[in-house]
Amino acid sequence: MMPKLKFYGAGFPYRDIGDLPGKLIVLEGSDGVGRSTQTKLLRRWLEDEGFAVSDTGLRRSEMTQKGLEAARKGHTLSRITMSLFYATDFADRLENQIIPALQAGFIVLSDRYFYSIMARDIVRGADPDWAHKIYGFALKPDLILYLKADVSDLVSRLIHGRGLNYWEAGMDIHPSNNLYDSFIDYQSELILLFERFSEEYGFVTIDAGRPVMDVFTDLQNQIRDLLEDQQSILEEDF
Amino acid sequence: MLRKNTTPGKLIVVEGIDGSGKSTQIDLLHKWLQTQGRSVYFSEWNSSALVKSTTKRAKKRKLFTPTTFSILQCTDFADRWENRILPMLKAGVIVLADRYAFTAFGRDVARGVDREWVRNLYSFAMQPDIALFFRVPLDIAVQRITGARAKLKYYEAGMDLRLSESRIESFKLFQERILSEYDHMVDEFGLTVIDGTLTVQTQQRLVREIVKQELEGWEGLAIPEGSPHMRLQSDLHTGKGGK
Repeated sequence: MMPKLKFYGAGFPYRDIGDLPGKLIVLEGSDGVGRSTQTKLLRRWLEDEGFAVSDTGLRRSEMTQKGLEAARKGHTLSRITMSLFYATDFADRLENQIIPALQAGFIVLSDRYFYSIMARDIVRGADPDWAHKIYGFALKPDLILYLKADVSDLVSRLIHGRGLNYWEAGMDIHPSNNLYDSFIDYQSELILLFERFSEEYGFVTIDAGRPVMDVFTDLQNQIRDLLEDQQSILEEDF
Repeated sequence: MLRKNTTPGKLIVVEGIDGSGKSTQIDLLHKWLQTQGRSVYFSEWNSSALVKSTTKRAKKRKLFTPTTFSILQCTDFADRWENRILPMLKAGVIVLADRYAFTAFGRDVARGVDREWVRNLYSFAMQPDIALFFRVPLDIAVQRITGARAKLKYYEAGMDLRLSESRIESFKLFQERILSEYDHMVDEFGLTVIDGTLTVQTQQRLVREIVKQELEGWEGLAIPEGSPHMRLQSDLHTGKGGK
């Protein structure tokens, strides 16, 4: 078998990460599209099937969590500073959480990956080439599931759910006097970028504008295909 | 390659390994420029208040890898760049920086990150108008550092690289790698080499000569008439530097 290219760029030249028997599965998509609900369902299902699962998401790094939250609250983050703070969080989780889990054979469910961070950076005016090259250390996932929905779907979900918030409306760059207009503008720009990334990075697009269980079934089917060989090993145990 | 400084300000940076004497020189330069009635702003490496608690925590718990170390220090630099250095340059101020992107290009590559990758990371920064590299032989720098300081810190000594069990030995090996990266950068970024073994006074004379030439015929931001001896708010000193 040809050794697959593990990283988007130079990776971590100072260490050999060796074999990664686990699988890295990424769920991408807009704010309010239902990623965390699906992540929970997928985790329960995979654990029922006997897989060891680890999940991760933005801003959960032990190193940066406190500092990043404080900076967000103060709204004192300038554009480049914010990009890099998020990149630090991502790198820390990748090296200290995701890679060790993959080495141990876990299925890692990542709620968002660097594509989301890059999209936010670019909408805020970052040079796309600069942003892309930063993530040259990022591991290529085994599967990237893109939950796609229209802005109108997102609005109705959020208004009937946890509400619209400052950052998800991009209020730091669209200082419109109301959250609604900002949200529509900002999320529409992000969706356009996701469309572009979808081809560039090979996203598998899932229509998220449907009932939760329908979306879940599609995700299950994609993951089953990926895990086929492991699945058969599992069935022998019964 | 860093992009050109297109602002009306002047950017002057000092670089060199620990113990090269660069902080002493930039401090003298700072005071001299103030006496000359110039608007000067000073910025020190690793001094952003926004990033400070994260860096402190990560150092204490030894959480850094070469990659996270590199990006977090660049976050620190970015905060200073966006909120202090660039605005000051746009206003026509002389910005003095004790360490700049070249420090990252030296240290981070010595730690094992990819050369091109770290250069991309800092590509939002501008090429300084003057970049002074204080070059001293390794043994002199080591002597200065180990003589003046009680104990080398973990990351300062490059202990994370596991080059040696001994802090001093590890420090030497780490600085040796950094020095070799600096030597490559002299041509790449047009660093001006100053012999750091000369007396402090002789070095300062050379530094002032270079700066005088750069500032010839240049105006910069005026200091309001009748204002007392001008001192722009500087980044908080963190107690680092070879003094």
